[in-house]
Amino acid sequence: MSIRVENLVKTYGKQNAVNDITFNINSGEIVGFLGPNGAGKTTTMKILTCFIPPSSGRAYINNMDVELKAIEVRKQIGYLPEHNPLYTDMYVKEYLHFIASIYHLPNTTKRVAEMIEITGLQVEQKKKIGQLSKGYRQRVGLAQAMIHNPSVLILDEPTSGLDPNQIVEIRNLITTIGKEKTVMLSTHIMQEVEAMCTRVMIVNKGNIVANGEPHELKQQFSSDIILVVKFNQILNKEQLKELENMAEVKTANNNEYHLKGKNEEALKALAFNFAVKNQLMLSEMKVSENSLEDIFKNVTR
Amino acid sequence: MFSILKKEIRSFLSSLIAIIVIVVFLIANSLFLWVFKETNILDAGYANIDPLFDLAPIIFIFLISAITMRSFSEEKKSGTFEILTTKPLTDMSIIMGKYLAGLIIVIFAILPTLVYYYTVYTLGLPEGNLDSGAVWGSYLGLILLSAGYVAIGLFSSIITDNQIVSFIISMFLCFFFYSTFDYLGSFSFFKDSDFFIEWMGISYHYRSISKGVIDSRDIVYFLSLIGLFLWLTKIIFSSRKW
Repeated sequence: MSIRVENLVKTYGKQNAVNDITFNINSGEIVGFLGPNGAGKTTTMKILTCFIPPSSGRAYINNMDVELKAIEVRKQIGYLPEHNPLYTDMYVKEYLHFIASIYHLPNTTKRVAEMIEITGLQVEQKKKIGQLSKGYRQRVGLAQAMIHNPSVLILDEPTSGLDPNQIVEIRNLITTIGKEKTVMLSTHIMQEVEAMCTRVMIVNKGNIVANGEPHELKQQFSSDIILVVKFNQILNKEQLKELENMAEVKTANNNEYHLKGKNEEALKALAFNFAVKNQLMLSEMKVSENSLEDIFKNVTR
Repeated sequence: MFSILKKEIRSFLSSLIAIIVIVVFLIANSLFLWVFKETNILDAGYANIDPLFDLAPIIFIFLISAITMRSFSEEKKSGTFEILTTKPLTDMSIIMGKYLAGLIIVIFAILPTLVYYYTVYTLGLPEGNLDSGAVWGSYLGLILLSAGYVAIGLFSSIITDNQIVSFIISMFLCFFFYSTFDYLGSFSFFKDSDFFIEWMGISYHYRSISKGVIDSRDIVYFLSLIGLFLWLTKIIFSSRKW
């Protein structure tokens, strides 16, 4: 078990930022930590990285208590804080050397060169961090978090503020790394979770409201299936009425209709038979899944 | 600790703070010691460099505050504080790294003034007619005093994320510990406790060491002052955990 959290509570004054949460993350998992602003994502991450202690409850990284064995725990985690703070007046290489020296890495120069290559910083490696664009700074932040080859990576919004190309690159980077490490990342972007994560945890107001693999969550939170059908022409009133008698119909646009039902096969058969009977051509038929975004909206409302 | 120390010294050098502090310190001292009429050594007629040791504590109030003002406040403001504190470093090793870096810069500012010692030593009549014991005592005193100032400066830096506020607090505290106790001691209403009050201040112990007699009580005083402020810094440093 790479990360184990038991009944974690963090209170700021009277406000409960994290309200009694419990979860486990196994090694090799990439877990997406989702939640609206102020849900307690960052607080949880700060506790896991030993920056602040929990008000009550326990958290373990690789079976070591974050409060009692803080130094040991910090050696085994790589952390990218929110907003990615960096020393803007340091050079990229200088900074990575500095971080490497904190971990007492044996061959600093080689490791720094490796990290620069992995994160694609070759072109920018001689610049000051302050001169870099946001995407490259983010890479420096990631390089900094991974330089000591930690077994657990905790990334707080690793792709915020990047352009679409950079987002894809960073995602690929994280996916590659995530094959052998445990990654816990927070984000606001749903596609990102679907693209990278093996598991999703949604928190709201300090509580975990959903936890599972993306497709599990989709099944769990959607009992109805929506079949999108498209005919070659707009249905006239009678045809529509006929269809409506058979299933719950929502007219989307033009000749596209959403049929709602419990059974996917039955819906498909219905749509097909209807088309044959009315001599219509079915130009499109697909099952629209409940997106993670819908689930997110549902559970965090 | 050494990685922090190295990083701090590099950043002092690359941001030119260290160079500016050293240059300003030396120029100011040289002007007062060799050029300005009232304080200059050449006209004084005695072969000693006491004016240096009278002036340096005052100049250092400004310069050391300038060196230390950013050490924690900048980290807090830019968020790198979180980077440092989530690395496998103990709180104390971060503080000591920064403390020693500041102290080393100050010592490098003091070192070139040995030229003054050599000059006066050679100019003395007869040559070498200079109370060397007192000079070395004064140097030791000056280093201990700077070490105290650096500790005060670090403390001022950790309590705020604003460099200007930290600078002003640091100057005030340095000045307070350096000379306020002297003035307080001279008030008549403290009557018999005047000695004790003067004893609380830095300048009493600084003067005492400057005589060339190294009294363990003075050393203990300085070490306690440094210890006190580093300890306070440590407490505030850990306050994120409250």
